[in-house]
Amino acid sequence: MEEAISSIPHLIEGLSVTIQVTLLVVFFATVIGVILGVFITYGSKYIKYIIRIFTDFVRGIPVLVLIFFVYYGFPAIGLNLDNFVAAVVALTIFKTSHVIENTRGAIESIHFGQMEAAKSIGLDFKRRLIFVIFPLAIRRFLPPWINSVADTAKGSALVSLIGVVDLMLAMQKVIGRTYEPMPVYIVGLIIYVLINYSLSATSRKLESKYRFN
Amino acid sequence: MKMESNLLKIKSVKKSFGKNIVLNDINLSVSKGEVVSIIGPSGSGKTTLLRCINMLTEYDEGSIQIENTEIGYTSSDETTRKKRNDKQLSSIRSDIGMVFQLFYLFPHLTALENVMLGLRKVRKLSKSEATQIASGWLERVGLSDKFKSLPSQLSGGQQQRVGIARAVAMDPKLLLLDEITSALDPELIQEVLDVVKKLAEDGMTMILVTHEMSFAKDVSDRIVFMDGGFIVTDRNPHETFHSNDNQRLNEFLSRIKQEKF
Repeated sequence: MEEAISSIPHLIEGLSVTIQVTLLVVFFATVIGVILGVFITYGSKYIKYIIRIFTDFVRGIPVLVLIFFVYYGFPAIGLNLDNFVAAVVALTIFKTSHVIENTRGAIESIHFGQMEAAKSIGLDFKRRLIFVIFPLAIRRFLPPWINSVADTAKGSALVSLIGVVDLMLAMQKVIGRTYEPMPVYIVGLIIYVLINYSLSATSRKLESKYRFN
Repeated sequence: MKMESNLLKIKSVKKSFGKNIVLNDINLSVSKGEVVSIIGPSGSGKTTLLRCINMLTEYDEGSIQIENTEIGYTSSDETTRKKRNDKQLSSIRSDIGMVFQLFYLFPHLTALENVMLGLRKVRKLSKSEATQIASGWLERVGLSDKFKSLPSQLSGGQQQRVGIARAVAMDPKLLLLDEITSALDPELIQEVLDVVKKLAEDGMTMILVTHEMSFAKDVSDRIVFMDGGFIVTDRNPHETFHSNDNQRLNEFLSRIKQEKF
């Protein structure tokens, strides 16, 4: 019990790194993924093709391989990223491919008549997206997106394998000192569950907020 | 330049979907204030023609002009012309209203917001101006108590009247109505037709694709009968329904009568 309590400050430091990684990855993956998702839905066939190759390729790789590839592989092309940056880059690439698909699916779920009605009153493409398509698509987009955020929080534990002291590695370090794995793991598990529980609660709230019929 | 009194001029328009020719050398002119109904069997090309007029469907050949501006392309010269870009098309479409068979109201916006969207974001009116115009139109279509209702809270007839208000609030030069009562329960059709009739009396230039023959007869200046991608006849309502010299028109009209009973 004492070990568990004394380990908490270390775990909180690790937790803050986990949260930083998660927030950065979610932010970049969402911004890039939504933009590319719009391109894959409405772009020319070449653009669609290029993005499709990217998503199929990335989704066919285990995340851990992607993390190692960015951290150990990029230096070969002159990109020396420190482990935190490499972790964020690798997870962002991975998540982006999911957000692209979520975006495409959400947009395509909207009846084409909405686009036509928006055209018929003279809205240009950008305004059709902003005022008609996105507000409708967000309902379909949110549930998988929140899942994705939760996955990122959990999946970020893999970055401990390139030496980023996140919650996972912080736990390992404490255990390495105390040789009492169980209490530390229990505290760690509870933290992970709390993060993800609060995310799914947020998800349910958001979903009901955007329900209008 | 020669003065033209026609608001809309359609010349030699052709459209195919793959090998299927849907519009075959269509020529049609509509003057300001005219109401033209297009009738014909399904698959005759009437909805496609209507959709070409605001480029929801691209026409392959020929020319469609509104007030001497080519709608879908940068010029009428078919050898050099390019498709219009999104900005140009949007600006042209803002002057052509369209009402759809399945309404296509924006489900996340209230009735008032549906009508206001174009006024705010295309016409760039202030909120108070847009509110005033939109609520004025909703009152004219008999929905003064439904401003705050979402489309899902309205009946089909009410939704379609919002659809009409959304289109006419933009003060279009031309209004296109695509089978606007076909998806409605019979008892809701009349309330929508009444609104259209009022618009016609107020001088709105309209082209309507319709299966409501008695309404078409009542409200139109001309009735265009299409079959197989061609315009077969283009006459006033009386001639359309009472002269018997065109076999295809006769066949179509007698088929319609049989279906009604």
